[in-house]
Amino acid sequence: MTASRITLRTLALGYLALLLVLPVSMVFVRTFSNGLGAVWEAVTRPEALHALWLTLLVAVIAVTANTVFGIVCALVLVRHEFRGKALLNAVLDLPLAVSPVVVGLALLIIYGRTSLVGGWLAEAGIRIVFSTPGIILATIFVSLPFVVREVVPVLREIGTEQEQAASTLGASAFQTFRLVTLPAIRSGVAYGIVLTTARAIGEFGAVSLVSGKLAGRTETLTIYVEDRFQSFDLVGCYTAAVVLAVIAVATLLLTNLTSPKEEY
Amino acid sequence: MSVTSNTQTAPAAGSRASKREGSALTRGAAVGYLSLLVLIPLAAVVWRSTEGGIEGFVRAITNPQALAALRLTFFASLAVVAINVVMGTLIAWVLVRDSFRGKGLVNSIIDLPFALPTIVAGLTLLALYGPRSPLGLNVAYTKVSVGMALLFVTLPFVVRAVQPVLMEIDRDMEEAAASLGASGFVTFRRIILPNLMPAILSGAALGFARSVGEFGSVVLITGNQPFKTQVASVYIFGQVESGNTAGAAAVSVVLLVVSLLVLFGMSLVNRRGTRHDR
Repeated sequence: MTASRITLRTLALGYLALLLVLPVSMVFVRTFSNGLGAVWEAVTRPEALHALWLTLLVAVIAVTANTVFGIVCALVLVRHEFRGKALLNAVLDLPLAVSPVVVGLALLIIYGRTSLVGGWLAEAGIRIVFSTPGIILATIFVSLPFVVREVVPVLREIGTEQEQAASTLGASAFQTFRLVTLPAIRSGVAYGIVLTTARAIGEFGAVSLVSGKLAGRTETLTIYVEDRFQSFDLVGCYTAAVVLAVIAVATLLLTNLTSPKEEY
Repeated sequence: MSVTSNTQTAPAAGSRASKREGSALTRGAAVGYLSLLVLIPLAAVVWRSTEGGIEGFVRAITNPQALAALRLTFFASLAVVAINVVMGTLIAWVLVRDSFRGKGLVNSIIDLPFALPTIVAGLTLLALYGPRSPLGLNVAYTKVSVGMALLFVTLPFVVRAVQPVLMEIDRDMEEAAASLGASGFVTFRRIILPNLMPAILSGAALGFARSVGEFGSVVLITGNQPFKTQVASVYIFGQVESGNTAGAAAVSVVLLVVSLLVLFGMSLVNRRGTRHDR
């Protein structure tokens, strides 16, 4: 019994070490073997800083949009009965099932310069593709379901009794939402926001197609990693990757803190 | 009496009507947001894929390079799912039933592939298993590297699906089986595995859907050689870059349909599972 237990443990930990822990550590080793000076120089380069800034800007906008939408949509799904609810539910999962490249292609078809909408917007002086709005749309698409999916179970669990009490006592719909519902679903919203942020910061495929990869202009941090790799600038590449990895680890810690699920 | 009751119900009815209006408004907002951002763009892909008629569509997905990319994508995803089913269940088992120091840490790094950007995932694998590998293992630009990248990004699916179910399972039956002389393996296969099956399948389905469309993690390590290591998403990317949007859209539709079928099948299995519970 103990022998088989140790075999299983060794297999599991060995697999995780070879697939996950060692490769991720290796990136850190490769980065810092160049010395701290080189790392600092690589982080503070204008293109790197611009990529970081653009990544954060896009993430903030996408997360805000998806959080507002996520809460509204979760309320609609849990508190309302209507025809087509099952369909709405199914469509919500689509972004998880669609390849990021397909998302990029979809946005190019709709907003590209030769398309109907894109041409019309271009006449109005608005550029979507190969510019920041396109990156934002792509990021919103891929990170869309997370808040909804985290808020729905919490909303279902808390029931409607307190909300009904509040509205009987004369609270308006908005007051009820702000003072009763929102505090109750806080943990679900927070967890959803963390997941959305991680996805938004890490998006690569969709952004890769719609951004046009213009260095110093439409390069997000993930695109910058690839760009540096292709230009054989491994210091710049590994440093940007480490910045992203640190953000990922921080997200993971936050997830553990905010996760409404019980501990394993 | 009737007058007072009337005056009391009137504002209530009024607020109910405005509530109904409000709910129609929020519902409209939710559906509108989703249609504008998700449905219409995806519909545009389907529409563009049939630009050259059914014939054009078939030609686009049967061109040798597209076919090779699709074949590699599906076989690699199947292989990855098979490994995930075994290793994911094993890891979940160790995390639930075993106890050792640092287990909490191991449990939290399982989610790392979800948090780590895919391009970084590919880079990490390249750093350890690439041309300058400190282990002397260079799998870069081979089919093995495709599988490895997919294994990395899909690692959490089966583990996270199985773990909660394994925690809930009643130990009584296992103890009964063991006391009746069943070996550990027999107990696992006959008592535990049937209970885990729906969770394993749903984790596998999610992992498969993810593998089929994966892009970021495979770009750097596979080298993207047509007919050898080029997966479908990379093929689509290439076709878009070279201006063949219709061809890219056709292959995209194939990926979309496969992912949707798998997820739909999963929801059927789940529904049967829950009905069985009742």
